[in-house]
Amino acid sequence: MIEARNIYKYFGDKKVLQNISVRFEKGKTNLIIGQSGSGKTVLMKCLVGLIEVDEGQVYYDNRNFSEMSLLEKKNIRKEIGMLFQGSALFDSMTVEENVMFPLNMFTKMSKEEKKDRVNVCLNRVNIENANNLLPSELSGGMRKRVAIARAISMKPKYLFCDEPNSGLDPKTSIVIDKLISEITTEFQITTVINTHDMNSVIEIGDKIAFVYEGKLWWEGNKKDILNTDNKEINNFVYATELLRKLKK
Amino acid sequence: MNIKSKIIFFLNRNIVNLLFVNNLKSNKKLFFRTYKTDKPEDADLLFKIFYDIGKYSLLMKRVFSKPDRWSVFRKQTFIEMDNLCLGSLGIVAIISIFMGAVLVIQTAYSISTPLVPLYTIGFTTRQSLILEFCPTIVSLILAGKVGSRISSEIGTMRVTEQIDALEIMGINSANYLILPKIIACVLLNPFLIIASMFLGMFGGWIVAVFTGAVTSNVYIFGLQSFFDSYPVFYALIKTSVFAFIITSISGYHGYYTRGGALEVGRSSTLAVVYSSILILLTNLILTQLLL
Repeated sequence: MIEARNIYKYFGDKKVLQNISVRFEKGKTNLIIGQSGSGKTVLMKCLVGLIEVDEGQVYYDNRNFSEMSLLEKKNIRKEIGMLFQGSALFDSMTVEENVMFPLNMFTKMSKEEKKDRVNVCLNRVNIENANNLLPSELSGGMRKRVAIARAISMKPKYLFCDEPNSGLDPKTSIVIDKLISEITTEFQITTVINTHDMNSVIEIGDKIAFVYEGKLWWEGNKKDILNTDNKEINNFVYATELLRKLKK
Repeated sequence: MNIKSKIIFFLNRNIVNLLFVNNLKSNKKLFFRTYKTDKPEDADLLFKIFYDIGKYSLLMKRVFSKPDRWSVFRKQTFIEMDNLCLGSLGIVAIISIFMGAVLVIQTAYSISTPLVPLYTIGFTTRQSLILEFCPTIVSLILAGKVGSRISSEIGTMRVTEQIDALEIMGINSANYLILPKIIACVLLNPFLIIASMFLGMFGGWIVAVFTGAVTSNVYIFGLQSFFDSYPVFYALIKTSVFAFIITSISGYHGYYTRGGALEVGRSSTLAVVYSSILILLTNLILTQLLL
């Protein structure tokens, strides 16, 4: 379980996050949604510690992450996997080396054990016969799947995904969404996904937190979001003509 | 305010700036003024210099910490030795040969009086190559080649979130990315410069023999005359210091790149410019100290 308590973040005079308190449950796919510039990426970076919060605390299973020493934070981070918007695979490494990288850095596994673990992770994300390819030789969807394989290679307790569908076609987006959702349930991970893709919201949103102008505006699940009266959410959810017609 | 007070005022203000450079982002009041921005571009030049020195020092503190995994660090260092040092052998060889050749022609042209013996050509070429041309000019060339490579590589990793990915894994990204490059260049660049010295003298010999400026025997006699090993030691010390400047400054500019492709290019240019200026400045200081 990940919990944010009264988080504030300022960039100069600009209040980017204001009094955000939210809880993300274990074994569920938790979504942070909102328009571009609403502060959802900053919120996620605050949760993982890439940006320090100005006020408030972040808890990982009741462990206060904000108050931890560098060494304690480092240890917590070994329990975190993250999927970045652009996949963030290491360009100079092959697919196999990318997935094996955290294992090389933090485990004392033998080479065979590491190879087995890499193959398990790659098979789980349906990547076959690509071990020796470089990231530049992969499609966008494959890159995302390799990044997921790397993120789960250390069997994380917490998985963060920053806009996993960006740059993907709708069909591949659904494949990635379902994969993340399945992995979350299978390994009982606390997954937090940052998205503005409504297909993801409807498909996998076990819990949804709507961020608007740096504030937590609404919380609920994929059923609630379609029936809420909240004006800002309706403007966001039914932004396209197609969805407005479907609602009617 | 008299001159003495002005100097004290100036020093106080800037020492305080240096000490509190970390508090820049939290808008704390710094002794004589408040900075309402976290962009050093908006501050004055002197402040920017202190800001960069403080930021660079903090980065170096992170760089020179214990590696997360020694075996990975060792492997990375060997990879960097191959990429940065051995990969520069070709350009260093070409530059050195031509540098030696030109030196012989220029020295021969300058010695027009029969009172100066011809072996002076070999002697002057050797001294010029060892004392200045090989360590300094070749390091300046390497600042362009290696510096821009390091800066653009790390800068691209920054803008494509690869450095964030390292941090999320709990890896000290500054140490993992920059330290192997520093160690590789500080250790191997002196060998590169020794090769450059030999190749420079060889280039001089080719020109000396084929243009008839001086005979082979006389040129070689000149190379061997009055040989003292201290200038070689001095040149190697300089080279190692220059290697540290090139890798750390380029690493710094790459590591703090923000934005996209345009900023990566800008960081790369800044890395080469600052490395070159610092090499020239350090060259002057080290020459005064060591010779």
